Amino acid sequence: MKFVVEREELVDAVNWVARSLSTRPIKPELLGIMIDVDTSITLTGSDLETSTKAILKAEITSKGKVLVPGRLLAEISRSLPAKPITFNLEGTRVLVTAGAAKFTLPTLSTLEYPNLPEVPETAGLIASDVFATAVNQVAIAAGKDDSLPTLTGVHIEINKNHITLAATDRYRLAVRELSWQAKNADIEATTLLRARTLSDAAKSLTATHTQVTLALSPTGSHERLVGFVSELKTMTSRTLDGTFPPFRHLLPSESVAQATISVAEFLDSVRRVALVTDKTVPLRLDFGNGILRLEAGAGEEAQATEEIEIAYTGEPIAIAFNPQYLTDGLQALGTPFVEIDFTGASKPAVLVGKHEANGAKDESYKYLLMPMRYSS
Amino acid sequence: MLLITSGVISTLMNEQAVSEEREKELTILHVDMDAFYASVAERDDPTLKGKAVVVGMGARGVVSSANYAARKLGVRSAMPLGQARRLAPRAIFVPVNMERNAEVSSHIMEIFQAFTPLVEPISLDEAFLDVTGSRRLHGSGREIGAKIRARIESEEGITCSVGIAGSKFIAKLASTYAKPNGMLEIHSDRILEFLHPLPVNAMWGVGPKTNEELQKIGLRTIGDIAKTPRATLIRALGQSAGETLYELSWGRDYRSVTLDEPDKSIGAEETFLIDLDNHDEILKELLRMVEKSSQRLRDAGLVSKTISMKIRFADFTTISRSKTVPLPISGVQECYEVVRTLYTALGLDRARIRLVGVSLENLSEGSGSPQQLLLGEREKGWREATQAMDAATRRFGCGSVRPARLVTPDGPDDPGDEDSPE
Repeated sequence: MKFVVEREELVDAVNWVARSLSTRPIKPELLGIMIDVDTSITLTGSDLETSTKAILKAEITSKGKVLVPGRLLAEISRSLPAKPITFNLEGTRVLVTAGAAKFTLPTLSTLEYPNLPEVPETAGLIASDVFATAVNQVAIAAGKDDSLPTLTGVHIEINKNHITLAATDRYRLAVRELSWQAKNADIEATTLLRARTLSDAAKSLTATHTQVTLALSPTGSHERLVGFVSELKTMTSRTLDGTFPPFRHLLPSESVAQATISVAEFLDSVRRVALVTDKTVPLRLDFGNGILRLEAGAGEEAQATEEIEIAYTGEPIAIAFNPQYLTDGLQALGTPFVEIDFTGASKPAVLVGKHEANGAKDESYKYLLMPMRYSS
Repeated sequence: MLLITSGVISTLMNEQAVSEEREKELTILHVDMDAFYASVAERDDPTLKGKAVVVGMGARGVVSSANYAARKLGVRSAMPLGQARRLAPRAIFVPVNMERNAEVSSHIMEIFQAFTPLVEPISLDEAFLDVTGSRRLHGSGREIGAKIRARIESEEGITCSVGIAGSKFIAKLASTYAKPNGMLEIHSDRILEFLHPLPVNAMWGVGPKTNEELQKIGLRTIGDIAKTPRATLIRALGQSAGETLYELSWGRDYRSVTLDEPDKSIGAEETFLIDLDNHDEILKELLRMVEKSSQRLRDAGLVSKTISMKIRFADFTTISRSKTVPLPISGVQECYEVVRTLYTALGLDRARIRLVGVSLENLSEGSGSPQQLLLGEREKGWREATQAMDAATRRFGCGSVRPARLVTPDGPDDPGDEDSPE
């Protein structure tokens, strides 16, 4: 096995593949990245839950297939000088040469390397930048507690040419609607994928490509997989077990008060006022006619207050939020203005973006936030 | 080796010459009753005098205390009673009389208070005393120690051992080596001489696990630890344990004697009459422990952020699992949810379990503590239910309102409960 590759190409491919490697895999072979040199070069990594592949463009001298330590390969690739890199298998070792730098990598036995699942059937195409933004907006609301695995996922609901993404940690719920090109115009499917995996896929696949192919195992099949395919990169991941909780009924159908606020101004105030407390202490907000008063801290401890001008309709309302959750939502909107719709001081508030202060709401994204109760 | 088991140790230095130096040093006493529960039982029942006495209760309990005659036969605290019976078939077994022990203990604490207000009780039968400020009034540490020993013996008829040093760590070690019925003072210039030959497991914080780690890297004595680079210890034991052991191995301990520390944890545990292997039954017992400990938590006006569960299997291996929640909680249901998750995550398959325990840790004042509401949660939820439950309990007594799963036709019963030491 021998080939020559450009550093940029190698780093990009190896980084992508190394993503799916676990630091504590259940089999030692899974610490490795498989380099399969045929008419083209394929790099593969897997932790059995998620598998990643990358096609490497290179000048091939001879074919072969080796398994090399993945993290080491990733670190070496990153540190090599920007020169053509030669890979050459000599006996049981791979010689990596770039200019004056030389490395020798041991090889691992490929005998025990598991068969990785094939990418399932193509379901449709989606613009990669739209997909990346949508995933980011939703993934922030996913739970981080592995003892509630269903909530660590993003719920993906496909209805013909329409996709709904949703995630919740029970404190907030983010829902994003977007359109895509379904391969089969009548497709209806739902799946649940770990938020971390989905974010990774969305982030890396946007860098160079304009469209991402979304692939799904057919409903009812034994192995439930989701695949993301771009020109040179592929990710296949097992879906999470369990059913995402019903969430549509949580979105309030009407509101008793509405506030429109500049997102940048609001974020700055929240950050300043929240300085005096730790992340889980409530930020108290008093919404009144034309004025929002922010307050944090109490008693003997540090306190902060600030006021900003807002557009407000409805009865004044005093409500409290976890400042981190509020910040997450405001940042995810991606619009210059936010409208917050209230249904009560102990009921969820809905954050929706607005492109202009007096304009219509952009209902494609909703961030539902549960308040905190601060005096019992 | 400097080891004097009984009586007063002779001064190792010319006290006159160093008196000024000593003025500046702290004088800390560690006072520890000798086989406390057993001594109290013996004192209350003269027929027990001179016999091997083991205190413990229940068919499946453990030894709470054993007098020195029983210890000679190999009986140790925390040993299963069955094993103790085999070792000392002729010993007299008596139940724990907690009320009596607490009474004696509170009188002993009063005696301590007569010498210094700086008393830090560790448990019913031991305490640290900072007598630095009492030396002019009551004499040197040794004199105070002797007075305390004499008063306890004459007023309560039991003996104790006293360790005297400039730090809690050394004082506690000294009392251990003075046992039983002795006193040992370690002057600051003799600390290393005393400390370094001791085995590593004599050290505060070195349990069986750490001991094993240390043996593995060839460290047998505290002196070995002191001669090991700090970085090596940190690598072997982790940042905080490595750091602490290194400092202690040089006799450096700057913890001060603090007055009644707020509770670090509130817990309850239970040994079953017969081992359980049924999930429903085990969860029910865990719920009972949650009910009990969370009730005490709420009574104290506290909330907990870390919930921990302890399981002891039939073969005595014991595991504990804990989880820290984002916001402090105190309700039965909230705490039970966490415990249930912890238990389920173990994925046990008909493992035989001997004991379960629940401990609520990371405590803070509960009043006005904020609560993050959950999506889809009913406006009046478990929090209100718990408040109503507590109100009923205050009015009608313990167990008047309980989770339905814990209600038995015969009313509340709690066989074999034992509160865990905190």
